[in-house]
Amino acid sequence: MQQRLLSLNHVGKTFSADIEALRDMSLTVAEGDFLSLLGPSGCGKSTALRLIAGLTEPTTGHIAWHGEQTDHSIGFVFQEPTLMPWATVEKNVWLPFRLNGDSFSSVRDTIRESLELVGLEGFALSYPRELSGGMKMRVSIARALATNPRIILMDEPFAALDEITRFRLNNDLLKLKAKLGCTIIFVTHSVFESVFLSSRIAVMAARPGRVIRELEIDAPYPRGERFRTSADYVAHCRTTSEALQESMNDRD
Amino acid sequence: MQSEASTDSQSAAVDGGTYIMDDEERRRMMRRRIERISKWCLPAIVLVLTVWYWDRIVHWNEIPHYILPSPGRVVSTLFADWRMLLDALVITLQITFLALTVAVLGGAGLAILFTQSRFIQMSLFPYAVILQVTPIVAIAPLIFIYVDSKIAGLLICAWIVAFFPILSNTTLGLNSADHNLRDLFRIYGASRWQQLLHLQIPTALPYFLGGLRIAGGLALIGAVVAEYVAGTGGIGSGLAFTILEAGYRLNIPRMFAALLLIAGTGVLIFTILSLLSHLLLHKWHESAIKRDS
Repeated sequence: MQQRLLSLNHVGKTFSADIEALRDMSLTVAEGDFLSLLGPSGCGKSTALRLIAGLTEPTTGHIAWHGEQTDHSIGFVFQEPTLMPWATVEKNVWLPFRLNGDSFSSVRDTIRESLELVGLEGFALSYPRELSGGMKMRVSIARALATNPRIILMDEPFAALDEITRFRLNNDLLKLKAKLGCTIIFVTHSVFESVFLSSRIAVMAARPGRVIRELEIDAPYPRGERFRTSADYVAHCRTTSEALQESMNDRD
Repeated sequence: MQSEASTDSQSAAVDGGTYIMDDEERRRMMRRRIERISKWCLPAIVLVLTVWYWDRIVHWNEIPHYILPSPGRVVSTLFADWRMLLDALVITLQITFLALTVAVLGGAGLAILFTQSRFIQMSLFPYAVILQVTPIVAIAPLIFIYVDSKIAGLLICAWIVAFFPILSNTTLGLNSADHNLRDLFRIYGASRWQQLLHLQIPTALPYFLGGLRIAGGLALIGAVVAEYVAGTGGIGSGLAFTILEAGYRLNIPRMFAALLLIAGTGVLIFTILSLLSHLLLHKWHESAIKRDS
């Protein structure tokens, strides 16, 4: 029913000599998916994301995109906000357009819109240092959204934030996704976060990094604070925790 | 300073309901004010005392002015010889600023070349270091043998001294770009040129300005030292030669006056470059941002 966007076929990545970051990872991402990669540190979830972003090449296997790929097909949100400190908020959001050769005035409306989407319309002229951690992360998200990418890759984007801010950003991220209908791959080490956000979770194990379970979170969207306290949510968290436990035991 | 924590303090004074200040906060404010005033006053007091004591020593011991002139005499010489000193100052300033300009172009240009090609960096960097660690007074006599124009020789010497801090600082800065931002630039398909222009150069700016501040002082030192080595005077000589010549003639007040001008020039260069740095960085860089607490 959903259109396929991207598939990883037996992808493996070995770094210098014998560090096997990822082994035989196969995964299909459909249009509109919210897929979380969940696992302990060192399980290769960030490596998988970098492979998908094209920042590094797989050692074995291959990654296939369905449909046309351009420089603007991917949005990336890092664990740190990764903003240019010398540029104002709006100039930071301009970056992907600027690198594409678009003048600021030609995309000003688009930039304003994406800042509005993340609730920062009043801060277009602020510098990053004037913003709180959560606001900086919103700018980072606005920058990723602005080009209307086919997929947004997020590498533990909220891990460094306090829980209250993280919850609020989780809610907002789901609202944004519902509005824009984009596809998201989300790397996290939080069971609760992955269950709350995702339509699917790929649970990964370390040494070598690999996917050991794929879970469907079939709770309907939109999900709000009510979902966070529902029995359904708790049940999904339990299943996911058990899968994660399995991945930890699997190590030796 | 508003302080919410102080509301329950017994010594809190409600001042028309605007804000409450406890004793600790009041002491802190007082200390801050005293520090702000002291920052300017204490050096001024030291200056006044030193000059006064210098004057008194000359007066009490009746030291002749060809051994140690009084501060008053130095200042009056500064005015009396003003035309001649000004000409010399202009020459020294010209050499200094030309050398600094060439150092900026050469240092920053070479740094950009280094970051574009590791092989060029590997080939040339050791020689830049050797040029830097060899004292300029040892190189200068050779330069004046092979370079006919005295001005050109002075310029080369001042440049050798000034360019290295710019080169090393800018190279460091260009290589300090945030690795996540580099990745982001790659994801968005940035060219090398775009990465240099929009990521590496802005990142390097504070480092470059730090190097520039050091280089400004060094260019002046280079210009003065080279002139001592060059020795020959005549028309178109700078302040260093003025000092040498005044020394031969035992015109000690003029030596002091020229020295005063060189020191003043150094301070002026540093101030201008600090101001430039502040203007370029004050909106975003940590080094230029005043802390509230």
